[in-house]
Amino acid sequence: MRLRNPFGRKPKEFPSHLWTQCPNCGEMLFNKQLARNQSVCTNCGHHFKLGAKERLELLADARSFTETDADMVSSDPLGFVDSKTYPDRIAAAQAKTGHKDAVLTGTATISDIPVVLAVMDFEFMGGSMGSVVGEKLTRAAERALADRAPLVIVAASGGARMQEGTIALMQLAKTVAAVTRLDEAGVPFVSVLTDPTTGGVLASFASLGDIVLAEPGALIGFSGARVTSETIGEKLPKGFQRAEFLLDHGFVDQVVPRAQLKERIAFFLGAFRVAGQDLRWSL
Amino acid sequence: MLERIAGSRRAGPEGNGHLPVDAGLITDTAAYAGERPTAWQAVQTARNIGRPHALDVISRVFDRFQELHGDRGFRDDPAIVAGIAELGGRPVVVVGQQKGASTEENIERNFGMPYPEGYRKAIRCYRLAEKFHLPLVTLVDTPGAYPGPEAEERGQAEAIASSIQVMSRLATPIVVVVLGEGGSGGALALGVGDVVLALENAIYSVISPEGSAAILWRSAAEAERAAQAMKLAGPDLLETGVVDALIKEPAGGAHTDHDATAAAIKTALVAQLERLVRVPVADLLSLRYERFRSFGTVVEPRAGEVAAPPRPWWRRVLGR
Repeated sequence: MRLRNPFGRKPKEFPSHLWTQCPNCGEMLFNKQLARNQSVCTNCGHHFKLGAKERLELLADARSFTETDADMVSSDPLGFVDSKTYPDRIAAAQAKTGHKDAVLTGTATISDIPVVLAVMDFEFMGGSMGSVVGEKLTRAAERALADRAPLVIVAASGGARMQEGTIALMQLAKTVAAVTRLDEAGVPFVSVLTDPTTGGVLASFASLGDIVLAEPGALIGFSGARVTSETIGEKLPKGFQRAEFLLDHGFVDQVVPRAQLKERIAFFLGAFRVAGQDLRWSL
Repeated sequence: MLERIAGSRRAGPEGNGHLPVDAGLITDTAAYAGERPTAWQAVQTARNIGRPHALDVISRVFDRFQELHGDRGFRDDPAIVAGIAELGGRPVVVVGQQKGASTEENIERNFGMPYPEGYRKAIRCYRLAEKFHLPLVTLVDTPGAYPGPEAEERGQAEAIASSIQVMSRLATPIVVVVLGEGGSGGALALGVGDVVLALENAIYSVISPEGSAAILWRSAAEAERAAQAMKLAGPDLLETGVVDALIKEPAGGAHTDHDATAAAIKTALVAQLERLVRVPVADLLSLRYERFRSFGTVVEPRAGEVAAPPRPWWRRVLGR
């Protein structure tokens, strides 16, 4: 047991539900102010993780989002048990986030441009992609194709969901095949990589956007940093696998601060006329 | 033809009726009544260093193999071998992940863990197959894509995603054979095909048992339990439909007799390609889409069970 010096200064106490400490600069941020600033640190610009609901509020025009496949839930194809059963883990994640699984999909408008929008939520089992995430994203892509509306996916995921084994792995092929059909049909697909986007999600649809945007400081990579540092037996340099690292190496188009994200997406969507929708200019 | 291939995804009790069973293929898990090896035994066998690796299989199954090197961008990755060869007199493109049979060879081959340039070489060869209307055969055998920092710098995830993308719409028949380890995305990058076969003792998993154990049980020593839970062995893959059929190995495993294993692979490949080359390409592509589209088990309330709340009149008027 550590002895406290009774004459020393008492540590500052902040009621935790009112204040959040910025992990980057250590500044204490008033939660309400943080929320007003789109969960970006007012001092250093650190981007906090954003839940799916807040992300929708940020990107979609007010009240424009109509959710689809809202009631789809996962089954337990393998009867998977680690320290908890898989259904228990899902139930816990549902209770924690209020979502049925790790992605919300639907239609919305972004600066009055109708889109099919999907946002992932890292809070739900690490945003992992299992059958439900794969199916909802595939349906979103298929809807975008049918409506000839641009697809915008905001990724936040640790990768494929281990609890669904190879079925989860096959979601990589499934989602890639679905966005590839958009590619062939000339329907725009904008992929937004947020903190974190790793593993099977980055190694599938998330890397394949016509435009790939990333949020500042987001962790983006194929292998977990721990695996990589174990592979080479040394610590990784600072900034490894961060959004700016990917920008430097040519794998994302832009790193866009959260405050400008919506208008930037709208700019690209406005520039990309959907083939077959308005071809007068080319005639 | 359409129906027959489309019905092949789930190996139910009726099995995959369309696959010629006389070709030594196992399409029904009933063949394993009571004598299934444990998941951990499967992992050990699949990783056996004496197992036939891609080049062992290529030299025995194909004739006149000519290897093609390099991704035309960065370098040649020795963990992926690719080339043009003849299979029963028909020219085909073959791409495989190459492990070593000794420690030295394994170091040279990076233990069968490809770099992004390896996948980009594979993509180049896929496109070659499409351009010249050659069927494509891929041989999967990797613990996973290389997780080092150079691989990250050169875009491992993008390379894998692109490889999956190119395969998913490649306008030529593709047969995939999982020889040993099918390690996650690194394996799937070679694993999108019209027919996916696996050797009897091969494994295919979303993450290595060690990796899964480290994350879920917080101890790599629990790998055995993780392997069991992940259902990664041949018969399990047949049940989930991830592979369409298993190729029988000689008694004691593929490492005991490379020639017999190769002969079984050859019979299976010839039979499958014989069938696939007659399917119109447009049908192949839509069936391939459907094959991967249908993976996943989700539960949805039936239509009508969850009624949308009616919009009040004033919302309709306001257009909200």
